[in-house]
Amino acid sequence: MSTLSLSGITKSFGATTVLHGIDLAVADGEMIVIVGASGCGKSTLLRIVAGLETPTTGQVAIAGREVTQLEPADRDIAMVFQNYALYPHMTVAQNMAYGLRIRGTPKPEIARRVHETATLLGIQPLLERKPRQLSGGQRQRVAMGRAIIREPRLFLFDEPLSNLDAKLRVQMRGEIRRLQQRLGVTSLYVTHDQVEAMTLGDRLVVMHQGRAAQVASPMEVWSRPADTYVAGFIGSPAMNFLAGTLAEDGAAVQLRAGPLLRFTDGPRPGGNGRPLTIGLRPEHVLRAGAAPVAVLLDLVEPLGSETVLHGRLASGEVLTARLPGMVPAAGTQLELHLPAEALHVFDAETGRRLDA
Amino acid sequence: MDRKVFFKGRALPALFLLPQLAVTLVFFIWPAAQAVWQSLLQQDAFGLATEFVGLENFAEVVADPAWRGAAANTAVFASSVAFLALAVALFLAVQADKSIRGAHIYRTLLIWPYAVAPAIAAVLWLFLFHPSIGLIGRALNAAGVAWNYQLNGNQAMLLVVVASAWKQVSYNFIFFLAGLQSIPKSVLEAAAIDGARPLRRFWTVVFPLLSPTTFFLLVVNLVYAFFDTFGVIHALTKGGPGKATETLIYKVYVDGVDNLNLGSSAAQSVILMVLVIALTAVQFRFVERRVHY
Repeated sequence: MSTLSLSGITKSFGATTVLHGIDLAVADGEMIVIVGASGCGKSTLLRIVAGLETPTTGQVAIAGREVTQLEPADRDIAMVFQNYALYPHMTVAQNMAYGLRIRGTPKPEIARRVHETATLLGIQPLLERKPRQLSGGQRQRVAMGRAIIREPRLFLFDEPLSNLDAKLRVQMRGEIRRLQQRLGVTSLYVTHDQVEAMTLGDRLVVMHQGRAAQVASPMEVWSRPADTYVAGFIGSPAMNFLAGTLAEDGAAVQLRAGPLLRFTDGPRPGGNGRPLTIGLRPEHVLRAGAAPVAVLLDLVEPLGSETVLHGRLASGEVLTARLPGMVPAAGTQLELHLPAEALHVFDAETGRRLDA
Repeated sequence: MDRKVFFKGRALPALFLLPQLAVTLVFFIWPAAQAVWQSLLQQDAFGLATEFVGLENFAEVVADPAWRGAAANTAVFASSVAFLALAVALFLAVQADKSIRGAHIYRTLLIWPYAVAPAIAAVLWLFLFHPSIGLIGRALNAAGVAWNYQLNGNQAMLLVVVASAWKQVSYNFIFFLAGLQSIPKSVLEAAAIDGARPLRRFWTVVFPLLSPTTFFLLVVNLVYAFFDTFGVIHALTKGGPGKATETLIYKVYVDGVDNLNLGSSAAQSVILMVLVIALTAVQFRFVERRVHY
C-alpha cells in the first residue's frame, strides 16, 4: 500500500488549467521531488496534497484514506514553507509545540518531544528565542522541527531552501536528506533547482505545463529523459539539441550539421527522412572521435578542472561542450567530435524519446 | 544609499516650518497656555474682579461630587465606546479580509461614517432613536419597550455610546484591515496544517499578531471618547437626563460656557490635557516595542 496516491488530479483557476491530470503513487518512506520551472503547477500540486487547495477533479489518498475533501488539519501532514512561516509572536519552543498543544498532547509529553526534536536538529540553545532573532538557517531548522515533532504521515516541502545562500543550501540539503532517511517519513519535496532534485529524490516528478513529463529515479531521468523538455531541464549545462533525419532505414541519423551517426543500440522506427531531434550532453562531446564538426567558439568559461565551451556549428546550431583541461580563446575554430553511443534520439515533432 | 536631502542654510528650512509652527502656536500652544493660566485664577460672574488662587481650582474640582460623577461617566463611556468600536471594527475587518464578492464596495461603504461630522452623526441617530419621531424609537415603544432616552439615563448612555462608537468603527476598520493583510498568508496556512480550526487560529495567531494595531487603536479610541465625542453628546442628550451622560469634556463646556465658571472649567480642561499627554506618551513608548516582525 502506498502512503500517498494521487489519481487524475486536475486544477483550473477560472479558464486557466494549471494541472492536467496528475497520477502518482508514493511508497512508504520514499522521498519524491517535484521539479519544474516556475508556473508548471508544482506548488499547486503540493498545496492540493496539503489541503490548502481543492482539486477540480481527481482524488488524494493518504495511507489508504481518501482525504480529498478533508481540511489540512485532518490529513496528518506537516509542511515546511518557503518563507518558513514561523509564528512571529511565539518562541521557538512554542512554535514547535503549537501543533501538539492543539491536539491536546499532555504537557510533559510536549516538553519531552520539544527537547528531543531540538536536540536532533541542534537548536537546543535557541528554544527561548523569537523567530526574528534567528538567522535564515536557524529558522529553516525550526521550521523542520515544527514539522517533524508531530510525527506526521507525510512531509511536504515547498522550496524550503530557496531563501538560503548557496553554501547553507548545500549543507541544509544534506541535513534534510539524512533526517528524512533516518525518520523514514514519506516526503514530497517541491523545487525548481535541478541539483536539489537530483541529490534529494528517490524519484523525481518532472513537471511541464501542468503535466508530469517524467516520473523516474534521478539517474533514469538523467540517462533516459522521456522528452526534449526533461532532457533540456535536467543536467547542467543543458543538453545540446541538433536537428537531423533518419537515414539508412533507421540505423543512423543524418545531422543537419554534417556527420552521419550510426545508432549503437539498434535502429529506430520510421522511414528514411523522418525528422529527429538528437540530444547530446555537453560532457559527452569529445575532442577526438569519428564524427568531427567544426565549432566557432563564441564564449569560453573556465571552471578550473574543466572548461565550458559555447560555439556555433556550420549549420548555425549552437553547441556547448564541457571538456577537461583546455582553455582555447574565444573566436577560434575548433574540431569537436560527437560520440554515437551517447546520443538521445527524440521525435522532432512530438519531442518524445525514440528508443531502439 | 542615503537618500536624505540636506538644506544648506537655515532660512529655507525655517520658512518651510513656519506655517505649521504658526498653526500649532496660534491654535494649540496659545490656548493651552491660556487654559493653564486661567486655571490658576478665579473670576467673579461679571468678569470684573480676577484673583490669583494657585491650585485652589484644582482642589475644588477634584473634591466636587459632580466632577467625580462625570469622571465615572467618562470611564464607563470611554471604555464602552473603545470596546464596542474595536470589537465591531475587528469583526468587520475579518469579514472583509476574506475574499468575498463585492469586497471592494463593502470596504468603501464601511469607511464612509468616518467622514460624517459628529453633530450630523448624532442627528442621524436621533432620527432613528427619538421616542416620538425616531423610526426605531417609535417601533420599540410600539412593541412595548419603554424606550425614552430623554428620561432613562441608562438608555441615554447606551445611545451616546453606540452613536460615538459607530463613528469610530470606520477608522478602526481601516487599521485592522491593513493589519490583517500584513499577516503572511503562509503563517495562517501553517497553523491550519498544524491542526488549528479557524476560530482557534484567530485567537492564537491572528489576534496576537494584531496586538500592536489593537493597542494603538485602543489609545486612539480612548482619546477620541474623551475629547471628540462632545458633538455627539451635545446634539443627542446635552449631558442629560440629569447628569447621566455628562462626561468630563462635556462638563468643561457646561461649567465654562453655561455656568461661566472659567477658573474651574480651565482647571478641568488642564486635567484632561494631562490625561491625553499621558496616553500619548504611553502609546509612543509601548507601541514600537510590541511589534513582532
